[in-house]
Amino acid sequence: MSMRGWWLLFCGGLSVLAFIAWTIARTDRSATSESTDSSVATATAAAGETAHIAATVFFGSPDGQALIPVRRDVPLAGNIVEQGRQILTAQLSEAAPPPYLGLIPAGTTLRAFYLTERGDAFVDLSPEVVSSHPGGSLGELLTVYALVHAVTANLPAAKRVQILVDGKEVDTIAGHVDLRRPLTPDASLVRQSGSK
Amino acid sequence: MTSLVALLVLLPAGPPQAQDVTPATPLTLVSPDGRRPVPTTIVSGRELIALTDIASLFRVLVREDALAGGVTLSYRGRTIVASADRPMVSVDGRVVTLPSPVVRSGGRWLVPIEFLSSALAPIYDQRIEWRRTSRLLLLGDVRFPRVSATVEAPGPPTRATITITPATSVTVTAEPGRLLVRIDADALDLAVPPAGAGLIDRLVAGDQPNVLSVGLTPGAGTPRATVTTANNSTRIQVEVPPESRVPGPESRVSGSEPRVPTPESRLPSPDSRAWHTIAIDPGHGGNDVGVRSAGGAEEKALTLDVARRLRTLVETRLGLRVVLTRNDDRAPSLDERAAVANNGKANLLLSLHVNGSSAPSQAGAEVYLLQPDREVEAVARPASAEAVALPVLGGGVRRLDLIPWDLAQARHLDDSARLADVLVEELQRLQVPMGKRPLRRAPMRLLAAANMPAALIEMAYLTNPAQHDGLTNDEFKTRVAQGIFSAIVRFRAWSEEHAP
Repeated sequence: MSMRGWWLLFCGGLSVLAFIAWTIARTDRSATSESTDSSVATATAAAGETAHIAATVFFGSPDGQALIPVRRDVPLAGNIVEQGRQILTAQLSEAAPPPYLGLIPAGTTLRAFYLTERGDAFVDLSPEVVSSHPGGSLGELLTVYALVHAVTANLPAAKRVQILVDGKEVDTIAGHVDLRRPLTPDASLVRQSGSK
Repeated sequence: MTSLVALLVLLPAGPPQAQDVTPATPLTLVSPDGRRPVPTTIVSGRELIALTDIASLFRVLVREDALAGGVTLSYRGRTIVASADRPMVSVDGRVVTLPSPVVRSGGRWLVPIEFLSSALAPIYDQRIEWRRTSRLLLLGDVRFPRVSATVEAPGPPTRATITITPATSVTVTAEPGRLLVRIDADALDLAVPPAGAGLIDRLVAGDQPNVLSVGLTPGAGTPRATVTTANNSTRIQVEVPPESRVPGPESRVSGSEPRVPTPESRLPSPDSRAWHTIAIDPGHGGNDVGVRSAGGAEEKALTLDVARRLRTLVETRLGLRVVLTRNDDRAPSLDERAAVANNGKANLLLSLHVNGSSAPSQAGAEVYLLQPDREVEAVARPASAEAVALPVLGGGVRRLDLIPWDLAQARHLDDSARLADVLVEELQRLQVPMGKRPLRRAPMRLLAAANMPAALIEMAYLTNPAQHDGLTNDEFKTRVAQGIFSAIVRFRAWSEEHAP
């Protein structure tokens, strides 16, 4: 083989090695990026789209006895309070997927959301949560705790939740459940989907 | 309450007309605060009361509309509209007739005395009862039973019957020369003949406002009394034999039979540990209808219906006093409901409700008791309440534990849990359909302020078609009331047995 032949063989091999190295480096970078995404509560976003997180909202079980957690994509917010607003907006506006039951009275909207340093969250709702509530102790209990769990299940900084209506403290929504103090989550009301 | 009620009288006060006559016996208002006379006047044979006096007595707002020739009374957002010379008024939009017209006389507005019970009472948040015969106006939760008596046979033995309505606990004791009937009441509406007959000399008011004294003649022996309760009245049958030949105040008419006090007469006295009062809360009311079915049945009416059935059972079969947190279509606040039970020193509070769900298949009764939070649990711990020592008349001090109103239930959590268990068991025994989880704990607003064992009962689901039919059926409602009554009987026995 001539000198020119050896030279061509050397350049070809070098090109192959460079390609292999480039391919390996690209694969590593891609894997690192996915790992980072999954560490922020499964936030996802393609170029030019809003990032989302998978949050847990709560609906009524088909037999009306318990809360069922359901995962929903909500926009990723810049801070925890704004994130709380996004989660509650989803809780209030999302229709219950069959066969689950909606627990939030129609027309109810979020007026404001606050979170104190002590971990007390305040959920200020529009008056429809009272005026459109169908009543009943269990129904009221599930409405209240759907909101309590929607906040505390998604925002670890929130330990207790107090519900306000139209900017004011209220006794109850429908005459039964005490809303004068912040409430802690009640795990006995939550049933995983599929369990009896 | 004063701060919540505006008192504004815009009417000109003027002297009554010359032809007005003051009744011979004044009308008396009886309330938990005491007695006070109520000025009335008789015009054309009708007894009338001035709206200015109603405004001050009942803290209602009265406004005259000179242009319309009428007057408006307002109380907590509810109104009565009256027009001059018309024998009717509009009460919250409903026309109520009066026995005589509303009168504009001498610069004053005057209404028939019946206005108080037929027009004002429906919008007022306390009981207003007009007793024509005794000329008494009862306001609020005053225990003021009617007491009548007749001497049926002069004898000897002389027999008399004393009737107390509504049914009330009594204690009958014999003293030399008289029989004392002590009635569990604030005062007595006495309608008894002053003169007796046979061995009964006279029947008069005792030395305390809740005591009737039956005076005996010198030849009377030791009387015997039998107490029975029926048809919402307590009857005491008194038999006075002639004096026994065996002298001595301890001698008995019959050697084997107990004399007074009879077994029935050992009903609760105010200072005894025995039960005396039960509070029943018919849920919702007024504009708060609670759950409403597609057919229009409303929770507020059903709860009041069952509450009245339960009251009848308790009063007639246990002889206990029953206080309802509402006895008509009004909506007291949850604190006001708790206050009725707490101020009435009830031994038990039961709140009656009807459930609703967007799942039509959901059915069955549920019993709720308070789920304590950290604050309630802290109060529930022994010796955690603040205490103050107050001096008492005659020397010494009395220790008072101060418990925040909102945390009153804390000391009764164990008893309430027992009560809830018994309620579930008795409703099941009476074959009342029960929910999948018939016993639940939740932060129930009313229960938190109850200073006695308390539970909330959701009797059935109005949104379930089969249960809807049951709730509008007398047999089912009676069965539910009977189940709750049986639970009261069991819990009362347990409670008295385990009293400290």
